[in-house]
Amino acid sequence: MLNYVLRRLLYMVFTLVALSVVVFIIIQLPPGDYLTTYVASLQAQGTTVDDQEVAALRARYGLDASPIEQYWLWITNFVRGDMGRSFAYNRPVAELLADRLPLTIMLSVSTLFFVYLVAIPIGVYSALRQYSVGDYLLSIIGFIGMATPNFMLALILMYFFFKYFGISVGGLFSSEYVLEPWSLAKVWDMLQHLWVPVLVIGTAGTASIIRVMRSSLLDELGKQYVVTARAKGLSERRLTFKYPVRIAINPIVSTIGWQLPHIVSGETIIAIVLSLPTTGPLIYGALLNQDMFLAGSIVMMLSILTLIGTLISDILLVLVDPRISFEKKA
Amino acid sequence: MMNDVLLEIKNLRTYFKLHEGILKAIDGVSLAIGRNRVLGIVGESGCGKSVTARSILKLVPAPGKIEGEIWFHGGEKPVNLAALPPTGNAIRDIRGREIAMIFQEPMAAFSPVHTIGDQISEAIQTHQSLPKPEARGRTIEMLKQVGIPIPERRVDNYPHQMSGGMLQRAMIAMALSLRPKLLIADEPTTALDVTIQAQILRLMKRLQAELGMSIIFITHDLGVIANMADDVAVMYLGRVVEYGTVRQIFENPQHPYTQALMQSIPKLGSKGRGRLASIEGTVPVPLDPPRRCGFADRCVHFIPGRCDADVPPLIDTEAGHQVRCILYE
Amino acid sequence: MDATKDSAQKSITGRGTEITAEERYYMASQSQLMWRKFRKHRLALISTVFLIAIYFLAFTYEFWAPYEMQTQHEDYLTAPPMVIRFVDSEGNLRAPFVYGTSNELNMDTFTREYVEDTSQIYPIQFFVRGQEYSFWGLFKSDLHFFGVENSKIFLLGTDGLGRDLLSRVLAGSRISLTIGLVGVFLAFTLGCVLGGISGYFGGATDTVIQRVVEFLISLPTTPLWLALSAAVPPRWSPIQVYFAISIILSIFGWAGLARVVRGKLLELREYDYVISARLAGGTDGYIIFSHLLPGFMSYLIVHLTMAIPGMILAETALSFLGLGIRAPAVSWGTLMQDAQNVRSIAIHPWLLAPGIIVIFVVLFFNFIGDGLRDAADPYKL
Repeated sequence: MLNYVLRRLLYMVFTLVALSVVVFIIIQLPPGDYLTTYVASLQAQGTTVDDQEVAALRARYGLDASPIEQYWLWITNFVRGDMGRSFAYNRPVAELLADRLPLTIMLSVSTLFFVYLVAIPIGVYSALRQYSVGDYLLSIIGFIGMATPNFMLALILMYFFFKYFGISVGGLFSSEYVLEPWSLAKVWDMLQHLWVPVLVIGTAGTASIIRVMRSSLLDELGKQYVVTARAKGLSERRLTFKYPVRIAINPIVSTIGWQLPHIVSGETIIAIVLSLPTTGPLIYGALLNQDMFLAGSIVMMLSILTLIGTLISDILLVLVDPRISFEKKA
Repeated sequence: MMNDVLLEIKNLRTYFKLHEGILKAIDGVSLAIGRNRVLGIVGESGCGKSVTARSILKLVPAPGKIEGEIWFHGGEKPVNLAALPPTGNAIRDIRGREIAMIFQEPMAAFSPVHTIGDQISEAIQTHQSLPKPEARGRTIEMLKQVGIPIPERRVDNYPHQMSGGMLQRAMIAMALSLRPKLLIADEPTTALDVTIQAQILRLMKRLQAELGMSIIFITHDLGVIANMADDVAVMYLGRVVEYGTVRQIFENPQHPYTQALMQSIPKLGSKGRGRLASIEGTVPVPLDPPRRCGFADRCVHFIPGRCDADVPPLIDTEAGHQVRCILYE
Repeated sequence: MDATKDSAQKSITGRGTEITAEERYYMASQSQLMWRKFRKHRLALISTVFLIAIYFLAFTYEFWAPYEMQTQHEDYLTAPPMVIRFVDSEGNLRAPFVYGTSNELNMDTFTREYVEDTSQIYPIQFFVRGQEYSFWGLFKSDLHFFGVENSKIFLLGTDGLGRDLLSRVLAGSRISLTIGLVGVFLAFTLGCVLGGISGYFGGATDTVIQRVVEFLISLPTTPLWLALSAAVPPRWSPIQVYFAISIILSIFGWAGLARVVRGKLLELREYDYVISARLAGGTDGYIIFSHLLPGFMSYLIVHLTMAIPGMILAETALSFLGLGIRAPAVSWGTLMQDAQNVRSIAIHPWLLAPGIIVIFVVLFFNFIGDGLRDAADPYKL
């Protein structure tokens, strides 16, 4: 087990290196380098630019060096926590991320819990009551849920609440709390706002996990070991939950690996539509302004987030399925 | 006479109502099994032998409907199993405790994510309020009795860590852990190697003698039947076509189907270089079957206008020997 | 259950000289079997019909759209959808018509309010002459499927610049519907080549490609799509942008397909029938084309069908954020840009129409994929 985790961690280091190369390429993609854009934007604001300052920044980011040296400088700084400067905000990227990334993580993790807490019971219900009215109804809702672009769902919800309740469902905080420091009241206020983005981001994932859970459980219900358990004299409820439901959960655990990237993806776009104070609007603005250090760092952090999620799901899968750990040991 | 009978099946019919019609998997089976005896049920795949076994414990899957009577004389007074609701407490008290069952694929019959010990002691604890350590002790005891080496270690194994033969032993241990009066073995050796088969058969015979129970042994293998059974029922297309003691069936097979089956067994030391006899055609699917002898299409003695007119009655040809064929009218 | 049904209907023995239904069943080719099962999936069948119709509309939208998509009708800024009526205000049954409308600015809300004028009746006419258009640059025509004389007709309403939404949705369908196909085609080619190489060569090549696939699958796509789309140079022509977006979508899309192709190849390679074909002396080419391909073609088609809606949704999202298709080209996503804030949706809910159409198209694809999956499963009867 420990061996397996260590090997996975080693893989992750390689993956991170590959990721950083991709992100660096993205940072370099827009024409011109970071500093010319920076100078141009300062001049556009009417600020005079000190040549000496420009030269100092040039040296700091190694803009005259070869791409490989630039990459090396960037990644070593990144690892040390210096992610460069956002010229749009004129603040260090690390500071901006420290504000927003925790909320992104919180929102993603909440959505992940929402998806599985809702999808697993519904999937079990649908499988146990296959072809019942409830099963059909949930299937239809699931199909629509998967077909609706999440930003469309957000717009419809916003429209609905605005039209019929006259309230705006955007944001994560009520206006009076936005600038407040963290307090219990602020957390409570946030929880009240949280359900809308969680619902919107989680719907598509929930719909697909319901389908996975349903078909996985239907497969298991027909298996021989279920008949064995029944032949022992176990009650239906007990045997259903101890055996087929338990075993049908295994493929569900492995879906966490691809659910998390989906959720983080969805979070990015929904945060823009609902104007949430997370990394979504930040990366959007950064890309529109070609504020590439900021954009690159966010892509990097979000990807690291999903990579960690994948790792956790793989470890979980080994924990819940004895067959896998056996193969790995062998 | 009644005292010797443990289980009596009367005119059992198990139908599956499908979209395409009614599938008559069992169409009027009557059988009796005595105490301490082994009844072999033999037939090709699709003849209804497994459905018969599952009907007894009401384990028939969803669209299946069971009619007829299944009298179990193991308790203080006889119970008609066929009339019990399939998920109710009454049948659940009988499952595992009075009548246990073992299956063809030992690999598939255990849950892959629970240990063997967990699944066996669960059977015990379902019917007896035993604390966990004692149930575990009983489990280890049972594993030892079925000849599993180092049972204290094996008890914590997962199914994928054991061989097919070991698992079938564990399966038998689980079935016998509550000393049932009747064991239904549904092709228990079909999925195993021949040498392992022999071991399992010996084990079952030994335990039957030790524990004094009855066994319904279902197989398509006539060799196994000759080895295990006291009485034999030959099934074809949802009906018993011949019933008798093992001696009667093997020495004097009367139904054309039984005769054909016997001819298809290769005989040791036979000089003939000819091909082994086989039965023409395949078993049809009993979907809305016509009222006629099910074997008529493949029978060498087929009499037009007689065999396809009605289902032949079960005829007594000698003491304890019955055959469902008009040739014996 | 077809086999049992057919056998029950026909003779049980199958000894007769004529070909029985049962024998026909066993002799049917893979595609015949799939079609037979697919037909039973009612929703999938209906979806197929609708999708074909929608693609046909997209292909020939110039004819169906009443107006050129960029034409601004100044008197009809953000006009609501007009209702097609059959009964006039006096209760007379008529051929389909629309009422004329007049509008005035509500000085309290600063919104334009449209009122139907029941005295003006404009019957809908078919095959009318209207604005001239160039059909795929092949020929010019001014024939439109429908229109009204002496007035305007906006069945889905208009946008803030007075452009007919129906015409724009029809025009946008060409980009939105094809970008998924192009994207999936690119992803499919990449996925098949790399997945095939991976499954065929195995060893170190396989390991490397699998690592790359796992890496791509575990990344959050939207931020990366956004970043790449933002890097598309602003000077590029609509056609260049269109292909750039397709390529961006397929960069992350191929990984899933490659995994499917490889997995299926590895599985099939071990099947007894493939091994026996090899033992019988079949060449690699023969085995691939007559044994492996039929084995997973159906499987691939299912995956492709399921991948297209994903691409459509992705394009819609990118364009919605202004990082995908750019004006003057329109896609359903760019049309949704007008519906970005809640106030404008609350007042002009018809601006959500392109989004509703996206939902339907994606639903159709999913139903078809579902039907195909059932049909392609040889163990499901």
